[in-house]
Amino acid sequence: MEMKVTDLAVARGGVPLLAGVSFTLAPGRALILRGPNGSGKTTLLRALAGLQPPLAGEMSFDREAVAYGGHADGLKAQMTVTENLAFWAAVHGLREIGPALAAFDLEGLRDRLAGTLSAGQKRRLGLARLMVTGRPLWLLDEPTVSLDTASVALFAEAVRGHLARGGMAVIATHIELGLPEAEVLDVGPLKAALPAAQLDDFDEAFL
Amino acid sequence: MIALLTRDLKLAVRAGGGFGLGLAFFLILVALVAFGVGPESALLARIAPGILWVGALLACLLSLDRIFALDREDGSLDLLATAPLPMEGIVTVKALAHWITTGLPLVVAAPLLGLMLSLPGPGYLWLFLSLLLGTPALSVLGTFGAALTVGLKRGGLLMSLIVLPLYVPTLIFGAEVARRGAGGLSVEVPLLLLAGITCATLALLPFASAAVLRVNLR
Repeated sequence: MEMKVTDLAVARGGVPLLAGVSFTLAPGRALILRGPNGSGKTTLLRALAGLQPPLAGEMSFDREAVAYGGHADGLKAQMTVTENLAFWAAVHGLREIGPALAAFDLEGLRDRLAGTLSAGQKRRLGLARLMVTGRPLWLLDEPTVSLDTASVALFAEAVRGHLARGGMAVIATHIELGLPEAEVLDVGPLKAALPAAQLDDFDEAFL
Repeated sequence: MIALLTRDLKLAVRAGGGFGLGLAFFLILVALVAFGVGPESALLARIAPGILWVGALLACLLSLDRIFALDREDGSLDLLATAPLPMEGIVTVKALAHWITTGLPLVVAAPLLGLMLSLPGPGYLWLFLSLLLGTPALSVLGTFGAALTVGLKRGGLLMSLIVLPLYVPTLIFGAEVARRGAGGLSVEVPLLLLAGITCATLALLPFASAAVLRVNLR
């Protein structure tokens, strides 16, 4: 399955952020999104994940192939590491969580409540969740926040393993992930012009 | 789906999950009414069905804002929305989990509390049945209200204002069943209407809840 995005335009809170986003991603490839804060990386990823409709443009890929990882990890503080991971595995119809625990060095934390983990450990658990979705297209928003250097390396290793299995990844990040083979898309120059006239009176009443 | 249900039930009974809050509130409310009205069993017996129904309804309201707000805060809701579960299924499971943790304990406890309000003998069965039929509608309507207000900070009060008017038909016919049952009258018509309301909300509202949830996630 190839991921193809043509002339995508996205808006947040009624303000157009990006326009003319086009890229093609083949299986086994990764795309790094770069751009200053507020340039629309998160909004673009949410649109790709199907959480919000784009303003314009076409996306041709299977929506059922997407595993989205946002700013929040989706963990329940009152459940253990294993329970959290097993829940997401079950939601996606899988059972095996061992490899995911091993890949992010969480085996020693299996029975700890997620609420008692440090920020970096929570993030590792949140990233391990991607591996139990069994989905080929990872859409990741700032995945390395609060990770130390060793954990960033673990993450890069997991992404490389995922790509080697024919997976794909679109990653918004500010730091160097150690994935030199990944393509880079700078969304800075794709900033949408503000079409003030596009809002009609009806919309304005609600903004 | 089953994983989501067991997770929600598990979270409800763990620390800070709020299981039993509604039940305790119901108990206190009924006790307060009994103290407030005083030891006139004839008067208490007359108002018992209505008080028990209003109490159950308010107790139900107490835990509604937790249905989606916590999942929204920790990001689970976004992830569930991209998971292979249909949104309609997610809201139905959420409503079911709410009913099991809040509605069902109320149904079981209500006849016991009826004793405190000296509910007449034949009323117990009908009170139990009317709550059993009516509380699922309360959970489903409440889930709709929770879905509408999920993105709002301090949306709980607004949600109550939206949800309470929607509870009126269920309350009218539910309390009517209990009242007529307690008085030894025929309960057939209000019972059928109550069942009809519950069936209609069960059939229609998951679609509405899923639609507003999708809009709220944007």
